[in-house]
Amino acid sequence: MRCLAETFSNVVCTVCGCCCDNIEVTVEGRKVVKVKNGCAISMSKFMNYGEERIPTPLIRRKGELAEASYEEALREAASILKKAKYPLLYGWSLTSCEAIEVGVELTEAVGGVMDNTTTTCHGPTVLGEHDIGVSTCTLGEVRHRADLVVYWGCNPLHAHPNHMKRYTVLSKGRFRASRKDRKLVVVDVRRTDTAKVADFFLQVSTNEDYELLSALRVAVRGDEIEQDSVAGVPAEKIEELAEIMINCEFGILFFGLGLTMTPGKSRNIDLALSLVRDLNSKTKFLIMPMRGHFNVTGVNHVSAWETGYPYAVDLSRGYPRYNPGDTTAIDILLRGECDAALVAASDPVASFPAKACRHLAEIPLITIDPHYSATTLVSDVVFPSALTGIETCGTVYRMDGVVLESKKIVEPLGGVRSDVEILKDMLKLIRG
Amino acid sequence: MKTVWEGYSMGGIKVKLLTGRSLDQGKSKERGKLSEDYVKCVAVCEFNKEDLEAFKISPGQNVRVSTDFGSVVVRAAASTQQLPKATVFMPYGPWTGIVVNPETHGTGMPSLKGLEAEVSAAPSEKILSLKELVKQFAGR
Repeated sequence: MRCLAETFSNVVCTVCGCCCDNIEVTVEGRKVVKVKNGCAISMSKFMNYGEERIPTPLIRRKGELAEASYEEALREAASILKKAKYPLLYGWSLTSCEAIEVGVELTEAVGGVMDNTTTTCHGPTVLGEHDIGVSTCTLGEVRHRADLVVYWGCNPLHAHPNHMKRYTVLSKGRFRASRKDRKLVVVDVRRTDTAKVADFFLQVSTNEDYELLSALRVAVRGDEIEQDSVAGVPAEKIEELAEIMINCEFGILFFGLGLTMTPGKSRNIDLALSLVRDLNSKTKFLIMPMRGHFNVTGVNHVSAWETGYPYAVDLSRGYPRYNPGDTTAIDILLRGECDAALVAASDPVASFPAKACRHLAEIPLITIDPHYSATTLVSDVVFPSALTGIETCGTVYRMDGVVLESKKIVEPLGGVRSDVEILKDMLKLIRG
Repeated sequence: MKTVWEGYSMGGIKVKLLTGRSLDQGKSKERGKLSEDYVKCVAVCEFNKEDLEAFKISPGQNVRVSTDFGSVVVRAAASTQQLPKATVFMPYGPWTGIVVNPETHGTGMPSLKGLEAEVSAAPSEKILSLKELVKQFAGR
């Protein structure tokens, strides 16, 4: 029998940090049959959310993952975490703030380290913000006021496909009605699809963003660039960009992993933040990282309000310690220090360097995820969970810190619990 | 530190390796990471047109990408985004995890862009599925 179709409007997309909240999803029973307003990745996520789902909890027996009851898996997970001297609890960006809050409690109860996916995306951005401070705004302000948009080291047409349409050059704002009211500048190593639609493009030499940012600061301050070119860019082009930036009314610099992952890392961010600070002596200028992983901004907020620190929080001594480079997930794994791990709402084995993954596979590993992933393949205990924003609701943060309520639009698979329920049950068992 | 040539010298072509997101990678990961589609979209090394001709590599052909940190076989493809000369691009995923630099330089962030690498044609070598790849590097 065919179910009646039901359409949900203003659904929050669960893919990237844009958290577009204008998605219209039509469902028939548990099946998504139509998605409107979503980007190509969003459409793919909603339409395929039922693919490769984990039907029941799994426990590794004789080297293979085998079906287990929820209670059995819970006992095994609690036993692993209780025995561990220095467990790592990692992930958290594809779930709700409510689940993250329980995650902090759980980490405290087992005396572990809680790190999130910030560590391999905008961790250096957080470090730069500690050093310099940040002048930022909401995406709504950008939409209504920005006449200059700079994308540096990011390719939103591929990674945040609706960003330009909803918030920047292709959006219709109160004071900037159309594309001709805004200038688009792109700085990148590659001439990307985003660069192809820019009004002004600078192709920076690989690994030389730091040098280009330094030269741009020189030009913005009105000093002379003594070299003919810096980072593969002629000095006159750098001066031209400085003029464009100084002469705008409301400028915004969005930056991506092209700055955080290249040599210099947090020092690149120091310079980008300092450039924007310099520009504010001449005009209005703001800066924002292009956060990529759904509720990753929410994890930073929850972690900061619960422990005082946004990521890489070591609770093993009974109080929070924060020392990125030491208490960050990759470093702990490379040093082989953690003796157990819990991964929630993330797939580190698909994104971490192999050497870090090897240690993850060598220690008892618990994973909470709706889908099979590279991480579930090497886990010892796997809990299937309900998909946040599709099968269960919860609070999430957009990349600019605006809080949104993600919706439940279908019932979860039979017997599958939410991250909040699983984490609370685990915590209860551990506390006895 | 040893160089790429000492570690994995196979007479390959010296290039700069970039990793990053691509639209196909984003869409395919949502269709399922155990799917053939994910391997097709993510186990890829993109070259610009001039380099494909200069290196005598055809799109669709298997290539081996090697760095100081590891070596992996992926499919060569023509880049959709224009790359600088002698620079290749791989979408984020477990295949890039093999070749990136895990060193965080005290920031917590490994080094995933602008790496020294070499590529060579690998017509007789197989691209591993996600399960095979994970088994190979993680032993499970």
